[in-house]
Amino acid sequence: MAIIEAEGLKKTYSSKSGPVHALDGMNLSVPQGTVKALLGPNGAGKTTVVKILTTLIQPTAGTAHIDGIDVLREPKAARRIIGVSGQYSAVDENLTGFENLEMVGRLYHLGARESKRRAQELIEQFELTEAGNRPVKGFSGGMRRRIDLAGALVINPKILFLDEPTTGLDPRSRLSLWGIIKDLVRDGTTLLLTTQYLEEADQLSDDIAVIDGGKAIAEGTADQLKAQIGGHRAVVSLVHSSDAASAREILGRHGDGEPLVGDDGRSIEVAVSDGPRALQYILSDLGESGIELHDAGMRRPSLDDVFLTLTGRRAEASDTKDASTQKEAAA
Amino acid sequence: MSVLAPEGRQPEHQQASPSGSGVEPPSELAMWFSDGWTVTKRNLTKLKRSPDMLVFAILQPIMFVLLFSQIYGGSIEVEGSDYTQYLMAGIFAQTVIFGSTFSGSAMAQDLKDGIIDRFRTLPMSSSAVLIGRTNSDLVLNALSVIIMMGTGLLVGWRVNTSLSSALAGIGLLLLFSYAFSWVMALLGMSVKSPEVINNASFMILFPLTFISNAFVLSSTLPGPLEAFANWNPVSALVQAVRELFGNTGTVPVPDAWPMQNAVVTVMVGIVLMLVIFVPLCIRKFASISSR
Repeated sequence: MAIIEAEGLKKTYSSKSGPVHALDGMNLSVPQGTVKALLGPNGAGKTTVVKILTTLIQPTAGTAHIDGIDVLREPKAARRIIGVSGQYSAVDENLTGFENLEMVGRLYHLGARESKRRAQELIEQFELTEAGNRPVKGFSGGMRRRIDLAGALVINPKILFLDEPTTGLDPRSRLSLWGIIKDLVRDGTTLLLTTQYLEEADQLSDDIAVIDGGKAIAEGTADQLKAQIGGHRAVVSLVHSSDAASAREILGRHGDGEPLVGDDGRSIEVAVSDGPRALQYILSDLGESGIELHDAGMRRPSLDDVFLTLTGRRAEASDTKDASTQKEAAA
Repeated sequence: MSVLAPEGRQPEHQQASPSGSGVEPPSELAMWFSDGWTVTKRNLTKLKRSPDMLVFAILQPIMFVLLFSQIYGGSIEVEGSDYTQYLMAGIFAQTVIFGSTFSGSAMAQDLKDGIIDRFRTLPMSSSAVLIGRTNSDLVLNALSVIIMMGTGLLVGWRVNTSLSSALAGIGLLLLFSYAFSWVMALLGMSVKSPEVINNASFMILFPLTFISNAFVLSSTLPGPLEAFANWNPVSALVQAVRELFGNTGTVPVPDAWPMQNAVVTVMVGIVLMLVIFVPLCIRKFASISSR
C-alpha cells in the first residue's frame, strides 16, 4: 500500500452563488520514498488536498490514509509523522529564526535540549545564521520560506507536504530552494508538493498529477506528460502578419499537430518532437519563402500548454479564477 | 521500562521520559501543561517585541486615570463620594475589558498569517493555543491593573478595606478579564480579519462601558438607560470592585438585584463565560484554517 492514499475526496463549500466544489472525486496514491507533484492553476483544488491530508480540514466525502493512519479519524497520530510548509510562510515575525524552530521542536515534544540542538542544526543547514538571532521581520521572502521549510523538517518527517513552496519567490531564491528540496528527497523522504509551474514539477518530482476542477485529469512522469503534449515548442514571430498563412503551413510541415497562431496574428508556434532539428528546417523553409522574422526559438511547454492540450482551454481561464475567489469568500 | 540509555546519549530519547521523544507522545496532562506554556512564552516574547502593544497596555491606563480624575473630576459630582475614589473601579473595569479584546484580534491575526495552520499540523494539545493566548493576555491585563493602581494612588485614590479584600477585588477583575478573553477568542476565530474585532469591540464595548455606573451614577441616566445600566454586567463588575476596594462612600446602591449582589453576580458571570466559551473555543479551533 502506498504511503499516501486518498480516495474519492470531495470538498464542497457553500457560497452565495451556490455550492462550490473545491474537490470533486480526487484520488491520490504516492508510494513511499517518492515525490509527487500536484500541478494545476489557482483554484484547481491542490491546496484543499494538502489541507485534508495534513488534518487541517475535513472532506465532505472520501477517505485519506497516510502510512496506514486514517487521517480523518486519527489526526493526532497523523500529525506525529508529517511536516508541513504552507502556501504562505507561517513564521512568526517577532520571533527570531531560532525561536521559531525551537518552538516547533517543543510542540513536537522533542524536549528542551533536543529542540534547541535541532533548531541550531537547521539554522546551519539552511544557511539561516543571519536570521538566527534576529526577529524574522525584515528578512526577505526567500529567507522566510527557508525558515518555514526548516520548520517542516524539525522532526525529519516521514512525509513532507509543501504547498507551492516557491510561489512569489525571485528566480534565485527559487533555484536555491529547489536545491534544498532535492537534497531532502535524495534521503528518501516522501514528498507531496503542489505547484503552478510545470518546470518545478519536472525538476523536483518523480510523478505528476495534473489537477483541474477538483480532480486529477492526467497522471504520469514528466516525460510521459511531455510526450502527451508534444515536448518542446518551436516559436516564430513574423514581421508582416500577411505572411501568417504561409508560415503556418511551413510550421505544420515540420511540427507535431496543428500550429497555433497567437492573438496578435504574428506569432506562431507548434509542438516539435525532435527539437532543434525541426527548428532548423522551419527556419530554412521560411528563409526560402522570403518570410521575415522578428524572433525565433524554442521553449519548454508550460502549465498553459498542458492545460490547452488536456482540457482545450487555458490554465488562467476566468472560471477557475472565479472558483478560487468563491472558495476564499466561503472559507 | 525499556532498555537503558546507551552511554553518552541524552536520556531524552527514552520513552519513559516525561518530556516525550517525538515518537511516543507524553501524557495528555503533561502535554497540556508544556504546550500551553510554550505558546504562552511565544505570545509574551511577541508582546515584549511589539512596543505599540506595550504602550497600549502601559500608557493608556495612565492616561485614562489622569484624564478622568483631573479633567472630569472637577465637573462631575457624585453625591456621597469623592469622584476620584468613585471613578477608579470604573477605569479598572473598562481597561481590562478592552484589554481582553486583544485575545480576539490576536487570534484573528494568527489565523490570517497561517500560524494557526502551522500549530494545527503539529501533534500538540488541542487547547494549548487558546490557553497560551488567554494566559498571555491575562499577564498583559495584570500589568495594566498594577499600573492603574499605582497611578490611582498618586492622584489620591485609596483602598479603604483590608488587604485580603483588595486582593479579592484584583482577583475578580483579572478573572473576569480572563473569562472574557475566551469570549473574544471565539469571535477572533469567527471573523475574516483582525480589524473586524477592533471595530466591533469599539462599537459594542464603548456603549456597554459608558451606559453603566463606571463613570457616573446610574440614577442620573434617563429611564431606559438607567434600567440598562443597572442590569449591565459591566456595572456589576464595577460595583463589586468598588465594594471590595471600599470606594462606595455613602452612594446609595440601586435596587436592581445584580447591583445588590454584585460580587455574586460577577462570579456567576465568570463561571458562565468559562463553561460556555471554553468548550466552544476548543471545538471551533479544531476546524479553523486560513483562507
